[in-house]
Amino acid sequence: MRKIPRAALLCVAAAVSLSACAAGAGKTDQSGGLAAAPGKDDKFSLTVWSNYSAREQEEVTKALQSFKKKYPNAEIKHEGSQDDDKITAGIRSGNPPDVALSFTTDNIGQFCSSGSFQDLKPYIDRDKVDLSQIPDAVRSYTEYKGNRCAMPLLSDVYGLYYNKEMLAAAGISAPPKSTAELLDFAKRTTKKAPDGSIEVAGFLPTMLFYANRPPIWAPNFGAKWAGPDGKSSLATPEWAEMLKFQKELVDFYGFDALERFRAGLGQEYSTDHAFHQQKIAMMMDGEYRTAFLKDQAPNVKFGTAPFPTIKPDLYGIGFTTGTIMGVPKGAKNPGAAWELIKHMSLDTDTIVGLANAIKNIPNTKAALSDPRLEVDENFKTFIDLAQGGKLQGNPVTPIGDAHIKAIGDFATSWQAGKVPDLMAGLKEVDKQIDDQVAKSGK
Amino acid sequence: MTATLERVDAARPAPAKGRSRSRARHRLTVLAFLAPAVLGFALFFGYPLIATVVLSFTKYDLINPPEWIGFANYAYMFADKLFLTAVYNTLWFVVVLTVARVVFALGVASVIARLKSGVGLVRTLCYLPSLAPPVAATLVFFLVMRPNEGPLDAFLGWFGIEGPLWFADPAWSKPGIAAVMLWVSGDLMIIMLAAVLDVPQEQYEAAELDGAGALRRWWHITLPTISPVLMFGVVNSIILALQLFTQAVVAGSAASGAADITGATKNLGFPENSTLTFPVWLYTQGFRYFDMGYAAAMATVLFVISFAATALLVQRMRKATYQEEGGPGA
Repeated sequence: MRKIPRAALLCVAAAVSLSACAAGAGKTDQSGGLAAAPGKDDKFSLTVWSNYSAREQEEVTKALQSFKKKYPNAEIKHEGSQDDDKITAGIRSGNPPDVALSFTTDNIGQFCSSGSFQDLKPYIDRDKVDLSQIPDAVRSYTEYKGNRCAMPLLSDVYGLYYNKEMLAAAGISAPPKSTAELLDFAKRTTKKAPDGSIEVAGFLPTMLFYANRPPIWAPNFGAKWAGPDGKSSLATPEWAEMLKFQKELVDFYGFDALERFRAGLGQEYSTDHAFHQQKIAMMMDGEYRTAFLKDQAPNVKFGTAPFPTIKPDLYGIGFTTGTIMGVPKGAKNPGAAWELIKHMSLDTDTIVGLANAIKNIPNTKAALSDPRLEVDENFKTFIDLAQGGKLQGNPVTPIGDAHIKAIGDFATSWQAGKVPDLMAGLKEVDKQIDDQVAKSGK
Repeated sequence: MTATLERVDAARPAPAKGRSRSRARHRLTVLAFLAPAVLGFALFFGYPLIATVVLSFTKYDLINPPEWIGFANYAYMFADKLFLTAVYNTLWFVVVLTVARVVFALGVASVIARLKSGVGLVRTLCYLPSLAPPVAATLVFFLVMRPNEGPLDAFLGWFGIEGPLWFADPAWSKPGIAAVMLWVSGDLMIIMLAAVLDVPQEQYEAAELDGAGALRRWWHITLPTISPVLMFGVVNSIILALQLFTQAVVAGSAASGAADITGATKNLGFPENSTLTFPVWLYTQGFRYFDMGYAAAMATVLFVISFAATALLVQRMRKATYQEEGGPGA
């Protein structure tokens, strides 16, 4: 057999390397200059990608069309069911939308640090946009290390939902305010069959089930994700308290009985949801659940309240996240795209209209206190939480949701009784997260 | 065989000029006909494969140019807590699914081959599930096996048996997925059935005259005759298990109550990472943690392992078939 010259092999390898590099490089934007805003009567078109579907997609499309009040000749094409993978693929292929909407604030670190979304600060400075009109927590999950590459589009706020009839039947007149009360009320509202199986659970502590995700729970226990040095700091008394609380409730039910009960419950966004079916008396969830309950389970008499906290001074704290909007790298019309984002994120009329339509929390202080906002007794809890100034945003890292999976997995093992040493285990999780962040080099 | 050909070539006189030209033209024609396949292979297999290997030595976030980091991605596999979990889960599927699929497909094919009537209907019924989309098939199994609510649990309850939690229990989630995979293995069953029906009838008759029972006939006639198809079934099942992704993601998400949630909140690996297969972890690293360099390193490892396993298996089975046919050592 004739040997292939080594030089030829090297050439092939070099060509492959270069083409691989080129594939990832894409086009660069913003080489110093800013894209100008379109003229009022200019004719232009913008493509918007979002992960909305069905009714919500229609409502967002209507809100996007309100941009025409400012730019009558603008044409906006809204494509729904586009997740982050598709946005990234669009950027890589050089065909991104002009504006990308993402549901996953877990990815903001990657969007900002990699340049997937363009830096909006120069536009904000140019147009003298006052960011203080956006609540602090909402601002925190739309930037990464000072790089503001996204703006918020409405937000979600999490609190406690409770079944009024079930609490009343257990002799409870008001929702719990402390985690100790939550534990007590959960036990009192639980119904077990003679064989020990659970018929109704007062409160489900199972991590990674429904809205039981570590970032949503952490604020109520005063648990922080990172220390002053920026490194993961989960091996703290606060995180330990949170996990011990969960374990105490799991032990009350019995792990096996709880798992059997949980495994038979319906999906989170189906009519079969356990709270809709009155199989659980209390739960943690976002404000959007009020609309689901009104639509899918009108017979359930429920109330909402801030989620109980471990310390009284924390009461009124909560978790917030939401949809984020950015101008992807390689967007064809970044100047007009920024104008659309500014309109959707900061125009009070548009925000109030959309918040009423899809029952989300407005993302500006002005819209939060707008009298046109439709606020019933249950929705008011979340508006009050948003205005209270105690909310905490999603933890932002350059590693997607790796940190959330790490602690979520650990919490699941802990609840199953497979962790002999809680603090040692938490230290191990810290190391796991720090290793992954270090590997990303960001 | 090769030696014979060489001898014949050596004995021939030197080819005439015209003949040599005709042979060159023939080669060009062959190459022209092969070109689409070769191009397709090079573009859609060769290039991605080489690019993956090259990317495995880089830090690459999908957006910015890859940065050369040598063997760091490979070294990180030893620090990655879930790497071994993913390897274990996938190996479990490789072993269990390969054996189960081949035995199941061959068993069903052997039964159908003996049926006197209704063959067409039974064959169609057995094949139909393999046409079900993987997501739908997994969701059907999830609903059927759902504890407390599903028909399987109710059925077991009639006999006083408390069924397992299936997809919600780390000990039962993999068997649950394996059940889905078995249900949709009608394609392999059809191939096995064709092979079983293709065994020359006269061999069975001769063996029967010699007094061989059904088991001996199956062992000494059916099995050796269909061994190439069996080998295909084994290799096909190994590759299928190594690539198991959709069923694991759907089962984990549905069991965690998040089957209808879009985006990154899907609980991949649920429960307790028991459904975190190698491809699921690879996808997570590449597209959710944006570490495509590491994902490429994992893909390279997966390729090397599957290539080596397949090559070894093919070699072993060829050797076994050769010995069965009376070669040295038989």
